[in-house]
Parts: sequence; structure tokens; C-alpha cells
Amino acid sequence: MTASERWVKVTHSSNIPLHEGRAVHMGGHEVAIFNLGGRFVAVDNRCPHGGGPLADGIVGSASGRPTVTCPLHNWKVCLETGGVARPASGSGACVRSFEVSVTGGIVSVKIPAERPAR
Amino acid sequence: MRERLAVVGNGMAGVACVEQILRHKQDFEITIFGDETHVNYNRIMLSPVLAGEKSFDDIVLNGVDWYRRHGIHARLGARVAAIDPVARTVATEDGMVTEFDRLILATGSSPLIPRMEGVNKSGVFVFRTYDDARRLIELSGPGIKAAVIGGGLLGLEAARGLQIQGCDVTVVHLAGTLMERQLDATGGSYLQRKMEAMGIRVMCGKSTQALLGNGHVEGLRFHDGEQIEAGMVVIAAGIRPNAELARAAGLKVNRGVVVNAHMETSAPGIYAVGECTEFEGQTFGLVAPLYEQGKVLAAAVTGNRGPGFSAQAPAAKLKIMGVEVFSAGDFDESHPGAEAVRYEDPAQGIYKKLVLRNGRLAGVVLVGDSSDDHRYLEWLRSGADLAKQRRHLLAPPPAADGGFDAAKMADHDTVCGCLGVSKGVIIEAIHEHGICTMAQLKDRTRASTGCGSCTGLCQSLLKAVAPDFEEEKAKVLCECVPFPQDKLREIIRTQRLESVQSVLEIYGNGKGCEVCKPAISYLVDVASCGGHQEDRSARFINDRVHANIQKDGTFSVVPRMRGGVTTPDELRRIADAAEKYNVRMVKVTGSQRIDLLGVRKEDLPRMWEDLGMPSGQAYAKGVRMVKTCVGSEFCRFGTQDSITTGIELERRLENLYTPHKTKLAVVGCPRNCAEATVKDIGLVGQDGSWQVVVGGAAGKGVRKADLLITVETTAEALQAAELFFQYYRENANYLERTYDFVERLGIEKIRRDTVYAPEDVRQRLLGRLRRSKERSSDAWLERYNPRATQFVQIQPLEAMQ
Ligand code: SRM
Ligand SMILES: Cc1cc2nc3c(=O)[nH]c(=O)nc-3n(C[C@H](O)[C@H](O)[C@H](O)COP(=O)(O)OP(=O)(O)OC[C@H]3O[C@@H](n4cnc5c(N)ncnc54)[C@H](O)[C@@H]3O)c2cc1C
Ligand code: SF4
Ligand code: FES
Repeated sequence: MTASERWVKVTHSSNIPLHEGRAVHMGGHEVAIFNLGGRFVAVDNRCPHGGGPLADGIVGSASGRPTVTCPLHNWKVCLETGGVARPASGSGACVRSFEVSVTGGIVSVKIPAERPAR
Repeated sequence: MRERLAVVGNGMAGVACVEQILRHKQDFEITIFGDETHVNYNRIMLSPVLAGEKSFDDIVLNGVDWYRRHGIHARLGARVAAIDPVARTVATEDGMVTEFDRLILATGSSPLIPRMEGVNKSGVFVFRTYDDARRLIELSGPGIKAAVIGGGLLGLEAARGLQIQGCDVTVVHLAGTLMERQLDATGGSYLQRKMEAMGIRVMCGKSTQALLGNGHVEGLRFHDGEQIEAGMVVIAAGIRPNAELARAAGLKVNRGVVVNAHMETSAPGIYAVGECTEFEGQTFGLVAPLYEQGKVLAAAVTGNRGPGFSAQAPAAKLKIMGVEVFSAGDFDESHPGAEAVRYEDPAQGIYKKLVLRNGRLAGVVLVGDSSDDHRYLEWLRSGADLAKQRRHLLAPPPAADGGFDAAKMADHDTVCGCLGVSKGVIIEAIHEHGICTMAQLKDRTRASTGCGSCTGLCQSLLKAVAPDFEEEKAKVLCECVPFPQDKLREIIRTQRLESVQSVLEIYGNGKGCEVCKPAISYLVDVASCGGHQEDRSARFINDRVHANIQKDGTFSVVPRMRGGVTTPDELRRIADAAEKYNVRMVKVTGSQRIDLLGVRKEDLPRMWEDLGMPSGQAYAKGVRMVKTCVGSEFCRFGTQDSITTGIELERRLENLYTPHKTKLAVVGCPRNCAEATVKDIGLVGQDGSWQVVVGGAAGKGVRKADLLITVETTAEALQAAELFFQYYRENANYLERTYDFVERLGIEKIRRDTVYAPEDVRQRLLGRLRRSKERSSDAWLERYNPRATQFVQIQPLEAMQ
């Protein structure tokens, strides 16, 4: 079964504090939404290493790009591309990133067409 | 007989030239005269020294053993007063005369003091030598208003250094914009905004008429009549070649000692190198061309004359963390045939300009983002034809790592601009000499011993090429905030910085990471005795939700059970809560309390409410527990009441953050049933006294605690523990356990600074502990006043099928 791609209204932007992430279950996805100050980004909540909750990580940067560090074993995931910025051995891995928009103070996430393989 | 070579000047250019001469294996008997008392050091790095990032040991280029190894006679602290080109002698100020066959003048330059009244007042300085830097560090500090005259490279670096030392700094600059010799007006104003954002005041277009004050400087008066206050003035208004010696000896001298392309002066057998020289009407102020001169001179003096010296396009980089400024070549677009390509982003403070002539790069200015400087320098030096790249001049296709890609460099490309070391030379050295550390690489090739801006590039080459690459022990906190922790602690304390973000913005890259954010959170907390602005986004998840995260993303809950003592009622509530929230396991921990494992984040607040017990801080870099034994109340051997004392100790210290977790124990006699001698702080009861021990460990390693003091009363024992506790909080590095801290400082020093410190020092330590304690509270009370969605599982506003 495939649902078509759609924007989903998630929550008021004030529910995601500055430089923090929050996890939300949407359809088959568990999405981690981050407030980077001035913009919001979203990636899969599950760390490609061992499934750690990325929404609980600390936001930082690598080579000028925003990242989150997984709270379990410190893998560093790029919040724009979903790629693994550290360790080098994880650089093949990747999490999905989602488009985010904020209108009227409401954060919306674009859920892609196909469901993730589970 | 060996030829005698005398060198006047023990600075960067002179000694670099001697290094080159040694490579030619010419057997000279070398004497180097230096009027500074120090061995050859990296003058460029005086800016990081002033900023507290480096110590003298870090900037030594050639230590005593180097002179000894090469049989060089070093006359340090000896100023040459005269040279006689006919008798072929140099005379030092103490009257000693030394004969030479050949002579190299490498006297460098001196700070230029503009004409103004009052320059002889005390409190007026220049910034040229290590002694200058040391004096500035000694005399600067919080509450001091400092003025720097000169807004060029040196002045701005001095200003930043003084600010880091705590001063309130104003830069006074004659020209209309900063660094006008390296930047155009737009670039200068971008830079000014950046400096001002860091808290440095900038006054451009100001000509100083007089330094005011009676004996000691108190302020500046400008020609326009305006005055400003300043208790300290640093003059950084340019340099003047040290050419008097040559002039007095009758050598040809204009502004500097005139040399030809082989660095020969007008007198036979006498050469000159470095900032004291003048070549084709040009004098110098940066090292890259001076090292080039050194190579040419070394060839000439050893009879290997090769190609002559020609001055390359100068390139300059500002060495202020977080302020990227790079400039090279001729960036004046008003010159005939020049066209400019620009990029500007005022919000981000980024300004880039390339000036092209005939389709080739003539000059470049970068402010706010200098990550591509190597590319531009290469284009500039190689004179590459850029016609095909016109579309990508300022926005190169992003490299894989987002920065400069060492792999893409050609072998002949320059890595170290200061010393002219190419990629090929570095790779060859790595292979040939089995180099695996930066220190070895520096030693072999001299790469990155100049301004240091190529360090990252050298490191990535090492990493890529050396099979046994060893990362140097990072002395700085992390890349985002590149200061050693000591320095950062001092900065935060003296500048009264109270939020993580303000530290990141003023002293770092504005962003931070998982290493520096929790560390700075701790530092601002302890420096302000808990009066800081708490920023939870900078804390590890455990400290956001006051529970320890587990491998499946659930949390563990460990209530405080002071001294390991509980009640049937508490145990009942624990049992009820364990059932109600379906905890996966109830476990007695190694710290005499109970762990409830596998709790969902959203259940935490209600569970705490049901437990009705305070947080045990089992998740935090904070006070864990005070273990106790049964002690004199019950035990037949007990000599002291360990339970009451342990509970009191826990009450006094609980809820506070510490550099790393802190574990304590109190035992009633030396049998030590609760293992106090392997705890961070332990109280060991004796007949009629207490031993207070610190720095013990029985975790990754085992270390028997050191005796801090033996005291008679329980009150004194508790106070000794408090003194050490607060001292550890204020002086340890973040993530440094007491066992490392005590080892690093030594118990003698710790005793002197705590229990044996003067009464007022001890009272102040205790006072700060008390203030922190008053501001602290049980973290689990946050259940009544949680932050936005702190414990809530957000549900989407729209239903999803
Ligand atoms: C629960 C407990 C084990 C138990 O079931 O008994 C425990 C569990 C953990 N210990 Fe421990 N330690 C526990 C007592 C100890 C003890 C014994 C003690 O405190 O007397 C030690 C040796 C003493 C010491 O601290 O040095 C101890 C030495 C460590 C170490 C090594 C510390 C060191 O520097 O040597 C770590 C790792 C670290 O901190 O870097 C660690 C880390 C951990 C962490 C927090 C790992 C982590 O970061 O997630 C474990 C959490 C498991 C979880 O999922 O909740 N734990 N751990 C104990 C909790 C005590 C409490 O009530 O708060
Ligand atoms: C704080 C600071 C930051 C700098 N940053 C940079 C940078 O980022 N990049 C860059 O390229 N350049 C930088 N420079 C400039 C660089 O340090 C100089 O270009 C370089 O040191 C010049 O080398 P030199 O050997 O000619 O002179 P010096 O290194 O000054 O050496 C000359 C030595 O000769 C001694 N001397 C002079 N007269 C006598 C005498 N009669 N008898 C005995 N000894 C004598 C002097 O005391 C001095 O020790 C910086 C300079 C300073 C002060
Ligand atoms: S420490 Fe001594 S007094 Fe205390 S319980 Fe052990 S044996 Fe008994
Ligand atoms: S699960 Fe994320 S780093 Fe291991």
C-alpha cells in the first residue's frame, strides 16, 4: 500500500525549543524535528548506528552544516542531508531527511509517497 | 681553518637562514648574537600567547639543544653595538669583539612610534617580543581600560589578546577603515562589525595627539579634541627596519639595509636577511618572503648561488579565532585592466572579492569565510588562466568534506605558505622518515611552524598518508571553542559570561557541539555560583530530563536515598511505582540505592510524584551518593557516627553539578566497610578523629585516596570535605574525575589551597559553595514546572492513517 506524498501539520513552533529536537510519530515514520533558530529541519529519529533517538541529541555543526550527535554513542548526523558526518566508518550510512515548513507558527512536515521499509 | 660566520639577530629570518645553511653542509663556525634573552621562537605566535592559547614552550622553534647539536655559539642577551666591515669584527655592548669572515645582518625591525605627546608614560607598550607579551599579560586584567593604537593585523590581534585577558578594549585607527593595507573599504567595515560584535570598540579616522596622565597613562586625546580613558596603551602603528648598525658601518641603507637579489649588501662578505632589508625599494613585514630570502642567502653564502630573490605577492591572514580575514596580492580594482568579482552576505558577515587582470587572479580579499584561501593563493602564485572557471570563482562545487580537499592538490602546490613547503615535500618526508605526528612533521619539514594556518591541511595530509598517524592530544576544549579549559574558565569568570551562547559567540564559532556545550554549561554554572542562564539545549539529554538514557531510549530512575538509608514507607512507594509504570527491572545498585530501569520519558514526572523522593542525580555529572557503613550506632567496632555524618554530608552537597560525577563515602572505623578510601571524597572515622581523604578511585582504575587532613571534630571533617569539593568544582577541567585532578595538582598544593589556606580564602570558597547551594534545588521538582514539551510525546495536529 502506498499513500501519496503530503504535508502534515505537526505542532506549534514554540513546542520545539531553540536548538533542541522533538520526536513525532507520523504514519509509519518516527521523525525528529529540530529548531535551528530561524528554521526547522527534520530527519528520521532513529540513528543509523544502533537506533538511538536523534531527537534527544545535542545540536552542533560540522564543516559549517548543522548536525545532531546521537545520545547513545556519539554518531554525528548531518541535519540537512541526513548523512553521517562521524565516524568515518559510518559515512556510508544515512537517515532520511524531510522537508519542513512553518506557516502561521505551525510546523508542517512533508511525508514522502512510499512508506519506509519496516 | 673553518670560516667564521657571524649572525646578528636571533629572530625568525636569521635563524631560518642558518637552518638552510646547515643543510648545505658547509662547515662554518657560527656565532649568533641576539639581544633577546630567549632561544629562537616563533614571533608570529605571540598573538596566541597574549590570547592565552599558547605558552612559551609551545612557540619555541629551536631550543638550546639545537644550538648545541650544531655547534652554534649562541650569544643571547648580547646586543651588537657596532660592526667594522674593514677589520671584519662585531662588537657587543659589553665591549667584547668577535672576528668574522662573513656576516649576516638579521636585526628585524622595531615598532614605529608615531609622533605624539606622552609616549614615555608608564602603561604605554609595544608588542614585538616575548617580553612585551609577558608584560602585557601581567598587567592586563578585568576592569582595565586598554587602548590599542593601530587597527592593522598586529593591532587587532593585540586588542583581542588584551580582551581575552579581561580588559575593556578600544582600537584607535588613523585610516577610515581597518586593515586598509590588506582590505578594501568594504572588507574593512565587515571586519569592524565583527570586532564590535566581539565587544571590542573600534574608532576609525582618529589621529592621536597626546597620551594623557600624570606619570602613568590615563587616556588619549585625538587631534579633533575628543578624549578617551585608557589605563594601558599599546602602540601597533607599523614597523621600522633596524638598519642603524649597517648605516653606522657605512653600508648602503635607505629605509632598510639595501640588498641585491642574492641578499648581498654593499659591503663584501656582508649579507642581510629579514625585515631589516630593503630590496628593489621594498621592505617586508611578513615572514613568507623572508624565508625565501633565507634560502637564497644560504645558497649564496655557501657558494651555491642559484636563482635570485624575487618578492612574491604578499598574503596575510588575521589570527583571531572566529574572525576569518585573508588578503593576498593586489586587490585594488581601480588599477587599469582590473575587474572585480564580489560576493556579499551582510547577515552572515561574509565578504569576498577577487580582482582579475587578463583573466588571471591579481588579488583577493576574504572576510568572514576564508576556507578557500589556499585555492586562491595557488591561482595567484601559479598565474592560472581562469577563463574556464569564471562561473565558479567564488562558489566552487562543494568538496566532499565541505572544506579544502588535500587529495585534490597537485604535488607542487604549496601547503605552508610561510615556509614554502609543498604537498610533495610533505608526502616525501612522511614516507622517507616514517613520520606519524605533527611534531615530527614540523621538525622535519618546518611546515606549519609559521603562522599556523595550514595546520589543518598538514594534519589531513598526515592522516591520509601516514599509516601510523597519531592525533596529538588536544589541549583545547574542542574545535568550536579552541581554548584550553584553564583559559576558558578564567575568561568566563573574569568576563562574567553567563550563558553558553555568549561564550560560543564571543570565543567560538557560534554553534558549539556535544563536547563544548555541556562543558561550557558547567563552567558558566560554577563561575556564577548557579546564577547563569540555564540553556537546556546545551545539556546532554540526561540533564534535560533528569534521568539516565538507556540503550533502547527509555530511562532509569534512581531516587536519592541519603547515606543508603531508607524506610519501609519509601520502599513501599518504590515498589508501587515500579509496578504502576511497568519498570523492567528493580535493582540494588553499587551505590547503596535502588534503580528502576526502563521508564518512558513521558512517565517520568508522574513517577517522581508517586515516589515522593528527591533525584539521586544518578544521570548527572554531579553529586551521586554518600555511601555509609552502619558505624558507631550499631557496629561493635564503630568509633564515629558514620550514618548521621554521611547523611549530613549528602544534604550539604546534593543537587550541585561537578566537573565529573562525584562519589563519597563515610565509614565509622578504618575497616572501611563502605570503601571510603576509593571514593572521590571519603571520611574515615578514627578513635577521636576523622581522616578526610580525596581522589580515590575504584572504577576503570584503582587509586587509593590521598589524605587531605586529620581533624578532631565532625564539624571540621565536614568543612574539609566542603572545601575540597568547592575547590574541585572551581579548578578541575570538565570531565576530570578527582583521581586525575588530585594527581595533576598534587595533594600538597590542594592542601595549601584548601584546608591550610588563609582563613579568608577558605571563607570565600565556602561562601561560593553556600551561594551555589542556595540557588540549587531538587531537579525532579521540575515536574511542577516543566519546559515546553520536556516530557511530552508530541502528537501531530493532523491525524495520520
Ligand atoms: C546502576 C549502576 C550499576 C549497578 O547496577 O549497580 C551503574 C550504572 C552505570 N554506570 Fe557505573 N553504575 C553504578 C555504580 C558504579 C560504581 C560503584 C560506586 O559508585 O561505588 C562505580 C565505581 C566507582 C566510580 O565511579 O569510579 C562505577 C563506575 C562507572 C564508570 C567508570 C568511572 C571511572 O572513571 O572509573 C562509568 C563510566 C564513566 O563514568 O565514564 C560508569 C557508568 C555507568 C553508566 C551511567 C553508563 C552510562 O553512561 O549509561 C551506567 C548506567 C546504566 C543504565 O543504563 O542506567 N560507571 N559505577 C550503579 C549506579 C550507582 C547509583 O546508584 O548511582
Ligand atoms: C605579534 C606579531 C604577530 C605577527 N604575525 C604575523 C603573521 O601572522 N604572519 C606573518 O607572516 N608575520 C607575522 N609577524 C611578523 C613576523 O614575526 C616578522 O616578519 C618576522 O619575525 C621577521 O623576522 P626577522 O628575523 O627579520 O626579525 P625578528 O624576528 O624580529 O628578529 C630580529 C632579532 O634581532 C634582534 N636584534 C636586533 N638588533 C640587534 C642587535 N643590534 N644585536 C643583537 N640582536 C639584535 C631582535 O631583538 C630580534 O630578536 C608578526 C609579528 C608580531 C610581532
Ligand atoms: S566501618 Fe567499621 S564500624 Fe563501620 S561497619 Fe565497618 S566495621 Fe563496623
Ligand atoms: S545508536 Fe546512535 S550512535 Fe549508537
